[in-house]
Amino acid sequence: MYATLEGLRRFDIPHKFEVVSIISLYAQWIREGRLKVDPAWNTEGLKFSVQDPCKLVRQSLGDPVADDLRFVIKSVVGEENFIDVWPNKSNNYCCGGGGGALQAGFVDNRRQHGKTKFDQLQDTGADVVITPCHNCHTQVKDICDHFGGKWQTTHLWGWIVKALQR
Amino acid sequence: MSENYNLSKLRTRLKKQIEQAVPEARIDYCLTCGLCASGCPASGIEDMDPRKFLRYLVLGQDDIILQTNWIYSCSLCQRCKYACPMGIDVGRLVYEVKGMRPVEDRPKNLQKSCDLQKAGNSTGIPNDDFVWVVGDILEEIHETEPEWSDLKAPMDKVGAKFYLNQNAKEPTVEPEEMVPLWKILHAVGIDWTYSSKWWDGANYCLFTGDPEDWELTTRLQAETVDDLGCTTYINTE
Repeated sequence: MYATLEGLRRFDIPHKFEVVSIISLYAQWIREGRLKVDPAWNTEGLKFSVQDPCKLVRQSLGDPVADDLRFVIKSVVGEENFIDVWPNKSNNYCCGGGGGALQAGFVDNRRQHGKTKFDQLQDTGADVVITPCHNCHTQVKDICDHFGGKWQTTHLWGWIVKALQR
Repeated sequence: MSENYNLSKLRTRLKKQIEQAVPEARIDYCLTCGLCASGCPASGIEDMDPRKFLRYLVLGQDDIILQTNWIYSCSLCQRCKYACPMGIDVGRLVYEVKGMRPVEDRPKNLQKSCDLQKAGNSTGIPNDDFVWVVGDILEEIHETEPEWSDLKAPMDKVGAKFYLNQNAKEPTVEPEEMVPLWKILHAVGIDWTYSSKWWDGANYCLFTGDPEDWELTTRLQAETVDDLGCTTYINTE
């Protein structure tokens, strides 16, 4: 998201389209009633937390997209089943997987970076951590395995389909 | 900082170089308060943190800055900028230093991801493989999930309203993860398309430090979307 948005801006690249995040669209479609979701499937009260991707939130669209992200998750899993992290939104910590860290090697350094994120997510006690970014997904899953966490690391879209009403 | 540093010549060549490239660098504005370092998860890695990085620049310790592999632990996440009372963006400075590292001395896989991206996508799989995987997965859904027998995954549809990309990990490692997204878009009923020419949503050329590579990949992406006539570019992450 950031690479495209900031790239278009910094290099003044002509284009005829607007760049939007799928997260903002999910939220918009749920509000408009075009995407009908029902959290009734979550009968066991599975608890969810989230990672705010730096490139999407702090560096691109700010707190509004982080609020949209929470609105979508709550709509899909039930408001009472969402546990937020602290700090969060634009002030959240990086997971340590982005910026090319996953590609660069330096595995021990990458995990040391991720320890802050691990502690933060571990404190929520959530069963599931939603990571709407692939670098975050890979890193959050890796630090969970490495530091002995028990949560499941997933994308968002699978849960939306689980709650989907057609 | 117990070592002895050579301050006699005030070797701030690197600082000046960065200030020329980044007019908004504001390096001298630093109050040394440490808000950046205290909120940076990469603090301490390679015995470095954002404040130290900046102090080394100010004190002309160019060799340390140019040699530290901390630049590959800094994810350019800009939380330091968010916290800084003086609006200094250490990530922006790290980006410049990343670009100063000779290509042959950079982490190979990172550079490779960008080089491959310039040729189409960060994994290097042929674009035909992407088209094939999408078609194959779609066919499987049609056969196994009758309620989704009308599911679509349009490719190169000129005039579609929305252009959609995917992180290259999906078609290559977890293609089944593309399906929920198709289902959502189908349920909402929007007019969307992939491009067989540029479908990778990531852009690792942001992280190698060469602005010309980042510009090229962004430009190629923009041309692809404009050629399709899509008015909205959906980023999936």
